[in-house]
Amino acid sequence: MMKLSAGDKFLQVIIYATLLLLGFITLYPFWNSLVISFNMGSDTALGGITFWPRSPTLDNYEVVFRDSRIGHAFLISIMRTIVGTTLSVMFTAILAYGLSRHELMGRKIYMVFCIITMYFSGGLIPTFLLLREFGMMDTFWVLVIPGMISVYNMIIFRTFFLGLPAGLVESARIDGCNHIGVLTRIILPISGPVVATLSLFTAVYHWNDWFSASIYINNPDLIPIQTLLKQILNSNIVTDQLQKAIGSSAAAQDRLALVQSVTSKSLIMATTMVATLPIIMVYPFLQKYFVKGVLIGSLKE
Amino acid sequence: MEIERKVITRAKGKPLSWWTRWFRQWDIQLMVIPAMMFIFVFSYLPMYGVLMAFQDYQLFGGFFHSPWVGLKHFEAFFNSPDFWTVMRNTIVISLLKLCIGFPAPILLALMLNEIRLMLFKRIIQTVSYLPHFLSWVIVGGFVGSMLSTDNGSVNMLLMSLHLTSEPISFLSVPEYFWGILVGTGIWKEMGFAAIVYLAAIAGIDPHLYEAASIDGAGRFKQIQLITLPCIRPVIIIFLILAVGNILNAGFEDILILATNPILRDVSDVIDTYVYRMGILNNRFSYAAAAGLFKAVVSIGLLALANKAARKMGSSLW
Repeated sequence: MMKLSAGDKFLQVIIYATLLLLGFITLYPFWNSLVISFNMGSDTALGGITFWPRSPTLDNYEVVFRDSRIGHAFLISIMRTIVGTTLSVMFTAILAYGLSRHELMGRKIYMVFCIITMYFSGGLIPTFLLLREFGMMDTFWVLVIPGMISVYNMIIFRTFFLGLPAGLVESARIDGCNHIGVLTRIILPISGPVVATLSLFTAVYHWNDWFSASIYINNPDLIPIQTLLKQILNSNIVTDQLQKAIGSSAAAQDRLALVQSVTSKSLIMATTMVATLPIIMVYPFLQKYFVKGVLIGSLKE
Repeated sequence: MEIERKVITRAKGKPLSWWTRWFRQWDIQLMVIPAMMFIFVFSYLPMYGVLMAFQDYQLFGGFFHSPWVGLKHFEAFFNSPDFWTVMRNTIVISLLKLCIGFPAPILLALMLNEIRLMLFKRIIQTVSYLPHFLSWVIVGGFVGSMLSTDNGSVNMLLMSLHLTSEPISFLSVPEYFWGILVGTGIWKEMGFAAIVYLAAIAGIDPHLYEAASIDGAGRFKQIQLITLPCIRPVIIIFLILAVGNILNAGFEDILILATNPILRDVSDVIDTYVYRMGILNNRFSYAAAAGLFKAVVSIGLLALANKAARKMGSSLW
């Protein structure tokens, strides 16, 4: 490395400073929300809470966890994520394997049929009405089925399968293995990174999606956590939540004291943290894989 | 495949019919056909359903038995007072996102590339990707809390700097909305979008930099004369995509950030308008017409952008 000139040094200083500021701006909202969620609501209302809780407490989380709706919505989200990801990755991989076989008749037509859907779609209203006519409103399946086959993921899978040595499949076929056997016993075990990448991406999508539940689901028992959080954010469900926490207990007086220190703001922040937690937990794994995933995706041309 | 067919032909004496060959590979066909039927039902039927924009869609009649009304809903949309507001917002928000949101990740990638301390670089990268994986609901919660009049951090900062004496209710002032929307979008996606550019930069031949620095070019000159020209094709491809998407001004972000109806004048874009008219007000055909209008214009724009890019020497297809 050569010695830096004065101009280069100046540039370096500016870049380090800018990036530090960017990093701070990115993390601060997250950190501040976390702090508020662990601070007494009545104390937060006095102002000045920034980097550290002034009166640390778990009361906010206690109220959140006592609310059965939040627990239930959390479970729905988990179920949706597991079922949705499994089905989607499984069926997309099967399709991609089929389309990666050179001997498949009509391969080109099938591919065009798939790719057209990446550029054209019916749009929100026709899709909504169609699913409604199918009677899928207010079912768990409306969250899982419509996105089951992802053409985008199929292309990534297929590109990967096409890159595997052809002899691998041929020798297994000669040994009398059927195609499903080839896929599950030979192809998938060596496709670990791709399966992991696509599973993580699909799982994050399912966990984060709040919109489809907000239009397809009215039944409060089927609302996922993100949709519930959205409802909490722009309504006064929170007051209702507080009343529930008071009313549902025999030791109401006791509970009242707890509830008085909790405000809607502190509750919202605690709920937000609960909804974010799973993402933070898988983030290290995500990070390991997604750079690869993004690059495969953008090289599909 | 050619050879295989010849061998079979010779063995049997006459070529196998299409059907016979098809049935011999029934197992792979079976892996593909159910998925095709699925795609037909969930992607192609809604495309057919778009025709409802030319109907008066009735719930009991469905797509097949609703009366045809021609261009009635398109005329209603073009003549409605909402049309110009919606178009203005769509175009202004898109252009803001394009002009500010598009260069931001490129700039970030260029800056990250200048960092020699690997640990620092990795930490900043890790932090910058994180918001991409949070849902808009959560981001909306953060923005609401940051900008809140009830001791939100931004208002606390502004007040301690004496830039304002009263807390500002940022999310209910129409003048601030576009800035907040574009800023939040950059905050959420900049780090993730930078990945592609970083990869492109990593692919540049290091000899180019060595030669340039022997010739006396400083880092700034090197960025200008080597890095940027080398990643130009990647930038152009993403620019075409961005121009083609210009009518996708936003959807989730606007639904989340513009909850206050006061903002409707500046926040309503085509997609949110379709949502509001169709899903919330049950004007299905009218909303579908607005959506179809958008889709047609978008495809035209994409084709135009691609044509322009082809003149510059790269193309999407």
